[in-house]
Amino acid sequence: MTATAPEADERLVGQGHVRRLLGRPELGAVVGAAAVFVFFSVVAEPFLQASSLSTVLYASSTIGIMAVPVALLMIGGEFDLSAGVMVTTSALVSSMFSYQMTANVWVGVGVSLLVTLAVGFFNGFMLTRTKLPSFIITLGTFLMLTGLNLGFTKLISGTVSTKTIGDMEGFDSARTLFASHLTIGGVDLQVTILWWLGLVALATWILLRTRAGNWIFAVGGGADAARAVGVPVNKTKIGLYMAVAFCAWISGQHLLMSYDVVQSGEGVGNEFLYIIAAVIGGCLMTGGYGSAIGSAVGAFIFGMTSKGIVYAQWNPDWFKFFLGAMLLLATLLNAWVRKRAEASK
Amino acid sequence: MNDDAANDDAALVRLTDVSKFYGNIRALEGVSLEVHAGEITCVLGDNGAGKSTLIKIIAGLHQHDAGTFAIDGEETRLASPREALDRGIATVYQDLAVVPLMPVWRNFFLGSEPTTGAGPFKRLDVRKMRETTRAELLRMGIDLRDVDQPIGTLSGGERQCVAIARAVYFGAKVLVLDEPTAALGVKQSGVVLKYVAAARDAGLGVVLITHNPHHAYLVGDRFVLLKRGAMAGSHAKSEIALDELTRQMAGGSELDQLSHELERATSGEG
Repeated sequence: MTATAPEADERLVGQGHVRRLLGRPELGAVVGAAAVFVFFSVVAEPFLQASSLSTVLYASSTIGIMAVPVALLMIGGEFDLSAGVMVTTSALVSSMFSYQMTANVWVGVGVSLLVTLAVGFFNGFMLTRTKLPSFIITLGTFLMLTGLNLGFTKLISGTVSTKTIGDMEGFDSARTLFASHLTIGGVDLQVTILWWLGLVALATWILLRTRAGNWIFAVGGGADAARAVGVPVNKTKIGLYMAVAFCAWISGQHLLMSYDVVQSGEGVGNEFLYIIAAVIGGCLMTGGYGSAIGSAVGAFIFGMTSKGIVYAQWNPDWFKFFLGAMLLLATLLNAWVRKRAEASK
Repeated sequence: MNDDAANDDAALVRLTDVSKFYGNIRALEGVSLEVHAGEITCVLGDNGAGKSTLIKIIAGLHQHDAGTFAIDGEETRLASPREALDRGIATVYQDLAVVPLMPVWRNFFLGSEPTTGAGPFKRLDVRKMRETTRAELLRMGIDLRDVDQPIGTLSGGERQCVAIARAVYFGAKVLVLDEPTAALGVKQSGVVLKYVAAARDAGLGVVLITHNPHHAYLVGDRFVLLKRGAMAGSHAKSEIALDELTRQMAGGSELDQLSHELERATSGEG
């Protein structure tokens, strides 16, 4: 490099840090999270207790585990409306397979993984083959899974919920993995919090430091350009749908192991909570921009709000209004960020 | 510049009587063209002349239906853009060159990212990517303040240059440029043409697709004229003057009208 290069770097130091911070996708969400935290700390006295933190984190993690792959998918330019019911499907398959075959619970857990990944593959395959919008493809999957969940459960169990598998072989060890409690520093924490943080770290690593991550940004930000320079666009998208399925499997197993029985109608509507967490966390609806950490902050805002309203002893009816307002604000902020980022010339 | 032309076997890419049909529509018929190392072959034609069909054949997006397509003297039928890239043919499309929201350095290496480490720790060589991007752009005369800025914040001309620098860095032997100056102002066009010339001086064979004979004549060594899918002329620079090139592009009866208008405009200004 020539002598001008270090000089060029120096020009940056003054405004560079501020600009880089403003350019982070998580910025809006972090500011929002801080505001929500301060707000509930003031209006709800029990909010700052350690046990409350544990409850808030647990609520955040159940959404957060799914918000991570949904955020990656959104960065890749697609939606998955079937993500909510896929969690239920995964739990139902696991439970009913073990019960009907009187097999070890782990066998059901394994079968469930295969089935759920197959659903994810189906979503991605249909999308890349038909070139239809993911909204339509996954809306179709959403409806089909909703019907299958109810239909199969009634057919096999005779009721809308599964039989208990709590006394079956392998249940206790599966429960340890998916639904146990840990006590760290006197605070009781659900194991899902560890799953959540682990997934956020893994997804961040993939996004920022691997070729696959580069491809995810590229297929969402400009699929044609990506294809022209040799990025395997279809494989990347199918992989993203299978990542959603993998996390749906984790969530589904947690659901099963913590309640022992599964209600077949559950999960409907949760797909929007995942998308909201990802969008509040800075993902652009149009793809190509966002972060896994942002989705975690979005999920944390969700957790704080849903539990904070309870601690403040308000009518929980207000929760959805609050969530909607957050979503609008976040999207406006993101649109503004994108305009800055894309402003050419 | 035309030294290589004496030796006809030295052509990096040679198209002979190439045709392409979409159903019963003749998109291209009997087009011949050669690209030599260190030379710029310009493909000129108006809208609908078959320029994009030609580019798609060379880039591996479409296959030709008749004629021969030889790379380094070896007859070829490209199956995909990836294969074209592997054979040393890099195409820079007018709009498809980059992903606007991604940083410059990520765009520079997109699709061919260098990695370091092994197994689960295999990761992007971010340091190398950043430094190489900065150095390669500097070599072409672009001094970026920050390779982390989204490439969408660069000017149209700069983006073209990044795409050209990328193709040069990845060892392209043949660079195909689709209307690189079409959407640019006079000054930006000049900048881009400078980089096209820089790529030529680096020893690449360049195919410059354009509808602007003035831009073509500034840098071109050979000129292939397309009209309604067929070849309307093929000239070395020594054989043709700018006036004649423009005349042939405008063609026949349309020309009188055009020169009339041009003369009026000139006398009006003067």
